[in-house]
Amino acid sequence: MSVPSPAWRVELELDAGRPDPVGDAAHAALLDRGLDRVPAVRSGRGYLLPGHLERPQVERIASELLADPVTETTRILAPGETPEAGASTLVVRRLPGVADPEADSTRNALRLLDVALTESDPVQCYRTYRLEGAIDGEQLVEIGSRALANPTIEQTVLGDYPVLPHPVPDPRPSTRTEVAMLELDDDGLATLSRERSMALSVLEMRAIQQHYQEEGREPTDIELETIAQTWSEHCKHKTLTGPVRLIEKDERGELLRERNFDNLLKETVFEATRKLSPEWCWSVFRDNAGVIAMTDDIGLAIKVETHNHPSALDPYGGAGTGIGGVIRDILGTGLGARPFAATDVFCVGPEGMDRDDLPPGTLHPDRVLSGVIAGVRDYGNRMGIPTVSGTVVRHPGYVGNPLVYAGCVGEIPRDKVDKEVLPGDLVVALGGRTGRDGIHGATFSSEALHEESDTVDATAVQIGDPITEKKVLDVQMIARDRGLYRAVTDCGAGGFSSAVGEMGEECGAEVDLETAPLKYPGLSYWEIWISEAQERMVLAVPPEHREELFALCALHDVEATVIGTFNDSGRLTLRWHGEVVGDLPMEFLHGSVPQPVREAESQRLPLGDTAWPEEADLRALLEAALAHPSIASKEWVVRQYDHEVQGGTVVKPYQGARGHGPGDGTVVKPRPELKQGAAIGCGIAPSMALLDPYAGTACAIDEAMRNVVAAGGNPHRTALLDNFCWGDCRKPDRLGSLVRAAEACHDAALAYGAPFVSGKDSLNNEFRVGDEETPIPPTLLATAMAPVNNTAYCPTTPLKKPGNLLLAVGTTFADGGGSVAAELLGLPDSRVPLPDFAVAPGVFDAMHQCIQAGWVASCHDLAEGGLVVAAAEMVLGGEYGARLDLARAPGAAELSPLAAGFSETPTRFLIEIAPEHLDEVLGVFRTLPIAPIGEVLEQEGGQGILELRHGDQSLARATHSELLRWNRAAS
Amino acid sequence: MKPRVLQLFAAGVNCDRELAYAFELAGAEVQHMHVHALLEKPELVRECDLFAIPGGFTYGDDLGAGRILALEVATHLKEPLEQLHEAGGTLFGVCNGFQVLVKTGLLPGIDDARVSLTWNDTHRFECRWSRLLADPALDAILPAGTILPAGTAHAEGKFVVESEETLQRLEQAGCVALRYANEQGEATRDYPHCPNGSDGAIAGLIHPSGRILGLMPHPERCLSPQHLPDRGLAHWGDGAAALDFFRGMLAPYAAASTTI
Repeated sequence: MSVPSPAWRVELELDAGRPDPVGDAAHAALLDRGLDRVPAVRSGRGYLLPGHLERPQVERIASELLADPVTETTRILAPGETPEAGASTLVVRRLPGVADPEADSTRNALRLLDVALTESDPVQCYRTYRLEGAIDGEQLVEIGSRALANPTIEQTVLGDYPVLPHPVPDPRPSTRTEVAMLELDDDGLATLSRERSMALSVLEMRAIQQHYQEEGREPTDIELETIAQTWSEHCKHKTLTGPVRLIEKDERGELLRERNFDNLLKETVFEATRKLSPEWCWSVFRDNAGVIAMTDDIGLAIKVETHNHPSALDPYGGAGTGIGGVIRDILGTGLGARPFAATDVFCVGPEGMDRDDLPPGTLHPDRVLSGVIAGVRDYGNRMGIPTVSGTVVRHPGYVGNPLVYAGCVGEIPRDKVDKEVLPGDLVVALGGRTGRDGIHGATFSSEALHEESDTVDATAVQIGDPITEKKVLDVQMIARDRGLYRAVTDCGAGGFSSAVGEMGEECGAEVDLETAPLKYPGLSYWEIWISEAQERMVLAVPPEHREELFALCALHDVEATVIGTFNDSGRLTLRWHGEVVGDLPMEFLHGSVPQPVREAESQRLPLGDTAWPEEADLRALLEAALAHPSIASKEWVVRQYDHEVQGGTVVKPYQGARGHGPGDGTVVKPRPELKQGAAIGCGIAPSMALLDPYAGTACAIDEAMRNVVAAGGNPHRTALLDNFCWGDCRKPDRLGSLVRAAEACHDAALAYGAPFVSGKDSLNNEFRVGDEETPIPPTLLATAMAPVNNTAYCPTTPLKKPGNLLLAVGTTFADGGGSVAAELLGLPDSRVPLPDFAVAPGVFDAMHQCIQAGWVASCHDLAEGGLVVAAAEMVLGGEYGARLDLARAPGAAELSPLAAGFSETPTRFLIEIAPEHLDEVLGVFRTLPIAPIGEVLEQEGGQGILELRHGDQSLARATHSELLRWNRAAS
Repeated sequence: MKPRVLQLFAAGVNCDRELAYAFELAGAEVQHMHVHALLEKPELVRECDLFAIPGGFTYGDDLGAGRILALEVATHLKEPLEQLHEAGGTLFGVCNGFQVLVKTGLLPGIDDARVSLTWNDTHRFECRWSRLLADPALDAILPAGTILPAGTAHAEGKFVVESEETLQRLEQAGCVALRYANEQGEATRDYPHCPNGSDGAIAGLIHPSGRILGLMPHPERCLSPQHLPDRGLAHWGDGAAALDFFRGMLAPYAAASTTI
């Protein structure tokens, strides 16, 4: 390691007197950590520049490139110079080896100023926090590193001392290395798997051992790494695609039934898709995303991913690279779809938790949430892809293991949906360079988090660089339309090993690892092969197109490198400077994972009727419900996302003249000139799934369907996606609930005629403290997407016109298990509602007919908080009030006012229609449940008023400003 | 011949498609060109009527929004752009493009006026609809007093001036094009109507010549009632103002071409 020499420091701070929100937030964070002798904090940014530059050069760089001419003060410190004593300054910067895109940009920009730099010249960035008042330095660093930095990726030092550039690691030679395996017994195999972080079982290790016994040689390190990546739960989905034996027991523990699966997914989720097989599904479960038809020529590709474990360690980087990864899934579908919408869903622990109650090694839920929101914001906004749909779930079960779901939707011409690699095609790496970041991400995500995760797994953290990915997108779309490549996939978990391995599965491939461009020297060949450095795609390029492709890449400043060739050998051959370091038959790699029968056990909970109180203060419950984390306004999140970029967001996440009304699904047009669009919605119900995984999953799917139907999507063309996040499914009770959820997916998809087209699972979401392991709640995120024929007819939720009628659609039942009201009222656990599969499809169809006819002025689905919350939200977004009689809703006459108002029975809507359309709407619904229950009211005292009645009884009255205050209390 | 619009493309530009669509709807022919290709042949700039820099996060907005592209433009393209302007062409920038025009010094176009665009008062990205009030200085493009709905989507959009005196000079020289307005149509610095706390509530600037124009919010996101937050109910108009704005910018070239 060469010792770095001192560098210039250029530090910029907002002029005194200008507001400094970052400094204020830092001040609050330090106070919160007990550092109470600090009167104020000023934030700043700093740059290290090579020591050999002359002062006038540095001054020019500072004024022309780094400092804002109006708002900032510059301080330049010569190499080795330290600032005068007085105030204490904390410097926070990336740890050595952690990617720093801003430093790369700075380096590029210096060239524009004709500053000559060599590769080894340091250019680094950092943040500063200048504290007024004298503070003990050691204590400051200790507290500051927790309050202001993420120790997993950042170091905190005192700025009153010289800040040296990070050393550049010396190149480390690597040579072909064999691993002794042939002679190991089971214990030895288990040890090998653990020591090399392979996350494979003894059964799987034995299969590998047997393969090498047949080959008559020991495996090399890179071969074991390749097998571990390819066979990881993350890449192979062994649990979902393996044999399972389910034992289901009733409330008393008596056997109800036994069911054996050869392949759980194939016999549940896929099976429904296979039975439905509609012609409008263009690509299901075989590519990086599912593709359905929007028009005859244009398809919609959709994928949702999880990025849980990286986000637990580094919420900002984890969520950002989660978005980056799912965008690459869309780019890697067919010959590449163009992304035009993104979704995100976060599940985190309760708000405002006492820090002392946190398990060791976990970040505070509020810190996780603000970090993941910022990560999605900064990545999605820079990509220019509108984040249009999502939600936040708060539950104590996610404290140790938060969930981050990220989805993406793209448009793709029909003739670009298929791809084929041919022998002779070049293996071309496109985009970012390879570094040590994200080594072992695929195997890491297949293991439970534990209390030391935040210290030992730093290399599993990935840092995103959205502009590199945006450039890849730009280049790829042009190259696709010019036909310059024959196949593409993304580098996700497992890096090159998975991407090249999958593309070459049917033919074979050889790769020269030393040709891969690196971020810095010193990577061994196996690190290059499995690195999960971000923003990389792999293309199969016919040699005749190489020149044109590379010229295009050069124009856009995108690195493209030939790293190998696809061939017809049926083998994966890896070379390092000419020597073969790995040689695996594709058939063994992709076909030989041994599949043990996994045991699953599901026991029904003794759940009875919901004990709705007869007497309760409905207004107080409405206030509490509107402030409940599941219902409270997320507008503060949504407004940080550029959800309008590309100019296609025609049904927005927050609606109405002032943008306060929460929508159901969102509708986005992929191209401005088209009248068609895509309706996107999601559903998630972990509180229900905890009580009944089957019903909770069915309710989540129903919610996703309701969202797209309410926004104008076609229920007969709706595609579903499943994202299972579960605990450790090696444990029968966890696997039991997973099987029940998969069965619910099958039944719901068939009933609704809505096939699953893609999905992803993330198992092993448990947190370990000592010997105790806690699983997350069973969490299925259902995502639905449907084409919209004409976006002009999409309804929104805000009330439109006084005098219009309000109609309740769908029957209300008393089941309130897992509902928001049950939680707020502290009711004992009770039966979870289940969609009526016989009635629901008819309701969706009738809703769609009425929407298409233009009769539905506004529409809201009934979800958390039931009818009362839906009505309140329709008032929130609009100008007007509403009067509702809860007892007149279908099925509600016999229910108590609370049950009628707050039951969360699925497949229900509240719609607004003009009185002249009443007969037409009732004519469409015929015998289906629908009833007029109220009307839209003029403003009173300058605002809308919500009035709730139950027959003759007046229940509650609330003004628009009250509703808004309750709904926004948390933000 | 239709008015010719040349749109600059660079790493991180991401509002190019909708901006091109707006210009096309307004009657122009749009050509896209990557900044690297243009650096090879800077004289191509002079072959268009209107040179546009779309929104986005050029070079990740590292070192400040639009900073690196501004340096690239100032270093290599400023001369041909000034020539285009002198010859009667228009320079236009939205959002990141506006930041570039300001940071290259092409706007506001009066001597020694130190202005900048910096972090919003909320210190975060703000995506919300804004009402922009057309100033008399914009009259040739959009009648004074018109309310132009546009999509705010920026983190560094607070317009700042060095001093009160700078602001007065900008107003006197007719450099203020658009200001954030409230629901009554009055200029305001109050959040959220003004999403960033801009000095003078300024959302857009215009060169005294009337032919260099930039603004933070995106009028190109508002080409139909469907785009408006209330989908065409009275509060936000019907979306026609945005198209008028683009037509207004193209008017000199459209008029010239119809006489041929």
